[in-house]
Amino acid sequence: MDRQDPVILLEHVGVNLGGTPILEDVSLSIGQGEFVVILGPNGAGKTTLIKLLLGLIKPSAGSVRVLEDAPRCGRREIGYVPQRRAIDVEMALCGRDLVGFGLDGHRWGIGIPSRKRKEKIDSALRKVDALDLADAPVGQLSGGEQQRILIAQALISDPCLLLLDEPLANLDLAHQQEVVALVNKVCRERGVTVLLVSHDINPLLEFTDQVIYMANNHTAIGTPDEVITSDALSLLYGSAVEVVHAKGRYFVVGAET
Amino acid sequence: MFAVFQYAFIQNAFLAGSLVAIMAGILGYFLVARGLTFAGHALSSIGFAGAAGAVLLGISPVYGLLVSTVGAALAISVLGREIRERDVAIGVIMTFALGLGILFLSLYRGYAEQAYSILFGTIVGISRIDVLVTAGLSLGILAILALVGRPLLFSSFDPVMAEARGLPVTFLGSLFLILVAVTVSIAMQVIGVLLVFALLVGPPATAIRLVHRPGSIIILSIGLGLVYTWLGILLAANSSWPVSFYITTLAFVVYLPVRLFSSHGKDGRNRLIRKPSSFFTPNFQEAVEEEKETNPAPSFPINEKHNV
Repeated sequence: MDRQDPVILLEHVGVNLGGTPILEDVSLSIGQGEFVVILGPNGAGKTTLIKLLLGLIKPSAGSVRVLEDAPRCGRREIGYVPQRRAIDVEMALCGRDLVGFGLDGHRWGIGIPSRKRKEKIDSALRKVDALDLADAPVGQLSGGEQQRILIAQALISDPCLLLLDEPLANLDLAHQQEVVALVNKVCRERGVTVLLVSHDINPLLEFTDQVIYMANNHTAIGTPDEVITSDALSLLYGSAVEVVHAKGRYFVVGAET
Repeated sequence: MFAVFQYAFIQNAFLAGSLVAIMAGILGYFLVARGLTFAGHALSSIGFAGAAGAVLLGISPVYGLLVSTVGAALAISVLGREIRERDVAIGVIMTFALGLGILFLSLYRGYAEQAYSILFGTIVGISRIDVLVTAGLSLGILAILALVGRPLLFSSFDPVMAEARGLPVTFLGSLFLILVAVTVSIAMQVIGVLLVFALLVGPPATAIRLVHRPGSIIILSIGLGLVYTWLGILLAANSSWPVSFYITTLAFVVYLPVRLFSSHGKDGRNRLIRKPSSFFTPNFQEAVEEEKETNPAPSFPINEKHNV
């Protein structure tokens, strides 16, 4: 793939779910190796956008191209970390099993455990610094640890595009930093394009190349400095929004979260 | 005590019971993992109506059982996820089915023994043909499980990811419930429709508290099921009490102490207490250092095989 070709290209895309328009006339382009954050209030369509790229939802208008191809389920080049599902304490699965799902959980037939498979899983866990958690029941781990294992699961197929839906939700400060640093490392060191949905830009600010701000059925795209301004967000929301930029952080006042 | 083994019908009961225990041990684990244990119980109650209806019509109850349980399995899997998990809806349908079954039994003018054995199982009524049919169905179930076991496991734990990876999650769900329906049907012979739950859910629920990898849980679950069934048949053969009573009591007697004395708990773990985000702290770096001081990283023995 030519460096110049966009990894993700949306042209005048619309999505209707159950008769309600979730996305309207969205056009955007994301290049290889970019770290992109999707922001916006609940219900704005952030998860819908992710599901569109994964082929879980079909657009009702416009065209979507992901990695030069139409989106569909089961593409190994795309890694996906869904919104953190409640991992039951009862769930008797260890980190190794969970990462193993990412490798071959979708294949039919009985898997024969092999040394090669174990090494691949160990290597994936090592890259996210979670090898020592491999044998612990996943329900017993902290939120940050679980998230690291889920990221390992997404990365084991060596994707060139990584989609993360609210990976920082319900994580405390230190764990948020851990996860952000890890995702940034993956982006810069492996040239993986990252698309990350978040409620709050601040933990991600220093790593973000582009912001896609979705609100009120509109979308604003650009660098954080371009998009997260009082004028731009007021236009987006259609009401007065004030952005306070203090101590290197953005505080958005007057918008619903 | 073991003299009973000379009787053909006891041998048949053992063979059929062993096959049932193995199938129930495997499929029961998935029922627990998918949170569908109540739906499993509903399948057996609806099956009862089918079996009683078949008896009324003069056909073998197993056919009525198969038709009604597979039909119910398809219906349950077609209903949306929310309805499937809503106890009330399933409970209402299930009790209606039980009522129908009671009606059919009361209209039946034939042998009461047959009605009794549908409900509660028997050690005397299983023929060689029954054993062969059970073996055939069990092999079929095993063959299908060998093919879909891995994707079924994946979609049980993470249906969203599984779908994103291209797995037909709905189809797998329906197929699974049909396999459960067939297992319930063959289990009827030994333990009766009313108490299938004990063999289907008892062993895996116990095993989950003791071991922690899916493979180990399934093996332990099968082992427990076999022990309950064998002991149950042996005890029933040497006394006049029903076999299903023995099996359910054994399942209960093992589950209770395991449940009480094994903990899933986060006991002894030193978790980081969640602090509000940096929004409210004047200095980001200071907040991080402060947090590190007051809440040192947890240390817990995760490298040991900690039985929780």
